[in-house]
Amino acid sequence: MAFNTDYDVIVIGGGPAGLAAAIEAYRATQGRVLVIERNDSLGGILPQCIHNGFGAINFGSDLPGPEYAYRYETELRALPIDILLDTMVVDLSADREIYAMNSTDGYLRFRPKAVVLAMGCRERTRAQIRLPGTRAAGIYTAGTVQRLVNIEGYMPGNEIVILGSGDIGMIMARRLTIEGARVSRVLELLPFLTGLRRNYVQCLEDYGIPLELITTVNRIFGEKRVEGIETIRVNENLEHIPGTERQIACDTLVLSVGLISENELSRNAGVEIDPHTNGPFVDESMATNVPGIFAAGNVTAIYDLVDYVRKAGAIAGRSAAEYARTTGATTTASGTDRGGSRSIRITAGENVGSVIPQRLDLSSIDGRETYISLRPRTLIEQMVKVEFDAGDESVFSFREQYARPAEMIIHKLRAKDIQKLHAGDADELVVNIV
Amino acid sequence: MKHDSYDVVVIGAGIVGSMVARELSKYRLSVAVLDKESDVGMGQSTSNSAIIHSGHDPQPGTDKARFNVRGNQLWFEIARDLEIPIERTGAMIVAVEDDDPAGLEELAERGRTNGVPVEILSREAALEKEPMLTPETVGALWTPTAGIVDPFQGVVGAAENAAENGVEFILNTEVTGAIIEAGHLVALETSVGRIATRVCINAAGVHSDEIMHMFGVRPEFEITARRGEYFVFDQAAMRIGTVLFPMPSEKGKGILVTHTTHGNTMVGPNSDYISDKEDHSTTEKGMHEILDGAQRLVPAVSARSVIATFAGLRATGNYKPVPDHGRDFLIERSAEVEGLINLAGVESPGYVAAPAIAERAVELLRETGLDLEKKKDWKPTRTAIPRFHHLSHEERDVLIREDPAYGRIVCRCEEVTEGEILRAIRSPIPATTYDAIKRRTWLGTGRCQGSFDYPRTMEILARELGLSMTEITKKGPGSVFLYRRTKEEVL
Repeated sequence: MAFNTDYDVIVIGGGPAGLAAAIEAYRATQGRVLVIERNDSLGGILPQCIHNGFGAINFGSDLPGPEYAYRYETELRALPIDILLDTMVVDLSADREIYAMNSTDGYLRFRPKAVVLAMGCRERTRAQIRLPGTRAAGIYTAGTVQRLVNIEGYMPGNEIVILGSGDIGMIMARRLTIEGARVSRVLELLPFLTGLRRNYVQCLEDYGIPLELITTVNRIFGEKRVEGIETIRVNENLEHIPGTERQIACDTLVLSVGLISENELSRNAGVEIDPHTNGPFVDESMATNVPGIFAAGNVTAIYDLVDYVRKAGAIAGRSAAEYARTTGATTTASGTDRGGSRSIRITAGENVGSVIPQRLDLSSIDGRETYISLRPRTLIEQMVKVEFDAGDESVFSFREQYARPAEMIIHKLRAKDIQKLHAGDADELVVNIV
Repeated sequence: MKHDSYDVVVIGAGIVGSMVARELSKYRLSVAVLDKESDVGMGQSTSNSAIIHSGHDPQPGTDKARFNVRGNQLWFEIARDLEIPIERTGAMIVAVEDDDPAGLEELAERGRTNGVPVEILSREAALEKEPMLTPETVGALWTPTAGIVDPFQGVVGAAENAAENGVEFILNTEVTGAIIEAGHLVALETSVGRIATRVCINAAGVHSDEIMHMFGVRPEFEITARRGEYFVFDQAAMRIGTVLFPMPSEKGKGILVTHTTHGNTMVGPNSDYISDKEDHSTTEKGMHEILDGAQRLVPAVSARSVIATFAGLRATGNYKPVPDHGRDFLIERSAEVEGLINLAGVESPGYVAAPAIAERAVELLRETGLDLEKKKDWKPTRTAIPRFHHLSHEERDVLIREDPAYGRIVCRCEEVTEGEILRAIRSPIPATTYDAIKRRTWLGTGRCQGSFDYPRTMEILARELGLSMTEITKKGPGSVFLYRRTKEEVL
């Protein structure tokens, strides 16, 4: 098998984060860049997201997923960036050795100067929520249904119940209805919507599909194909309330119960994983703890908008290219020489589920766009204050109209925030939503 | 069905039926195996703890004890010949603080009587062997001959080897009646027509009592399905080196912690008598029960990393040959109908006992007066599908060069390639459903549980079988994945 050591940057994953990373990596240093994508087309999940709602921030317009992907694909293909489609990366080591494979080139081995992890995420399955019942045909995750309907052109059922008020679930409720199926209800275990409000309005309300909160699936009936389900209400501790069971006939159960970052390769390479995000710990340059390995997008944490994924991808791509350029010159074990600079840890505090990045390097944030992305943990439908505290002291803060677990709060560090960080001596910031 | 007449018809293509088929394939006989399902091993044979029990547990003198101990020896030879994944892990029966420590010595004595090597371990020795054991461990019984097996490959391996040696497997076919003349079996009625045969081997698992009643024999014999639920964990979550049992109770061997030959930790089963013999559903209550049970042995077991849940149905019979003994297998040549051999009530340790039961079935067959002449060209071995995931980088490189289909990964978590799927579809007992491919290749069993591979696998099946996508099923008739094309007119 050939051993290719020519690349400056290899991007694993050709979704929005990967495309942005590859484009920016090339633009930063005009080095040799390769994107490895396991599907037969670029764009990741976007080509199957045929609904609109993409690109408000980056393009100032409301695009369907395939068009959003196509714009970036066109941009990428205009640059001298190599692409391998239908190719699966099967191994990555801490010294950036990549094994990949496909049926035309066979088994491949690479060692680039830098790597960007952009593998995205996968859906939580029935087993992960320990859904009881039979193992009949007709139980699908929402993303699989989306692919079956929008890419393959097949209907997986006629009488449908959706469990989970995640975005893909609600979008598929509308899509399946348009295609002639009857979506009788969307169930949600939690007392609030987990997807975006606009999807609730446009996909459920507008189509008369009821949302049943604090309700989950207790049983699935049917040995061969789903024949029905039993729903049950839950109490404030999310425990089943006996006596609230209801049986509903359906042939399909669609699960939209969350996403999990895809980090098996990251773990192989010794990348440290944050238990809050289930993704790598990264700094403001999207560098992981392993020198030369960067990460961006849903692989680091689950994002709500693809525009933000793209921004993160661009940062990771640029950082990887810079690392690749300097790596020949510096020989320090930690890669880019940080010249004894101060690094600050950022951790999730009150009402905050997760935060990206988890580390800021003060020497490199000057004059550079740095974003801090937060995922609220609790639903607060009123004005909130987001505080960055060092010990008991608030270093800087800003206000938001509300805090919803379904929506990320993205804060671009202001010059005054950075000044305050330089002025203090904190080595840890705790983010609280109050 | 190639013929309308066979020397022997086996009902049921589970582990017992498949092992019997393989044993019979050594002789110059025409043999058919019937199963109502779309694949071999669709019942309890592939939804159990997958343990090659040592034989320490069954009551001495029972068929369970005898066939378990013999089966344990046979399995390791057969698995080698048929390339079935098997590991001799040993097993520990663990006593914790609330247990009666004298129980271990009783168990050890039972093991010795059954001819099984046993050793009593101190708390320290037990914890050294399995560091994840609860600190409340007070001691353990070590049975070094126990092991684990891939239950799917076990059935498929035996069945494929039988098929390669001339046995015909007739799937999707239900036996509906027996034609008996003057106390002699002459034919079976099935959902695909009449099959003439003088010998029928009843290995119908949870339905073996119904087969007997169809023959008009043993009206008192009854099988109740006893459900056991299981959790399978992500391979990355934790690693158990051996098989851990609690102290046994009147309900059986209890909720154990083991691992699969694929490296996943697995816990279960509980024990619930249920009325529907086809109800493989898991329950909220059962899932709590097995988690609690498993945590008694290994506190680190956490529901967080569960990647699959399933339930199996044990064929628990009411046959008690010795009144004050427990229930036993019912292995016999029917006294009432000449030509009927019952291999019934085969619950745990049925999987491990199957090769020994198959040997016994041949003896019973000989007693029916059938002429058994060994084939000269019997082929004892079978080649398994290469498992891409387990190959080295160099081996993978060679394999893809030989066949580019191995270069396309269809299931990313378990790294199953199109090459492996094609082999499964083209195997001696062709995989024609999604689950049949899953059982043969381990596709769809990982973290994403098929979310990624469903559309891809359906496409390959449709292409290879010359079917449309809407005809592809999960597990045979009635289990289609897709109803129609989009934009197709809906009435």
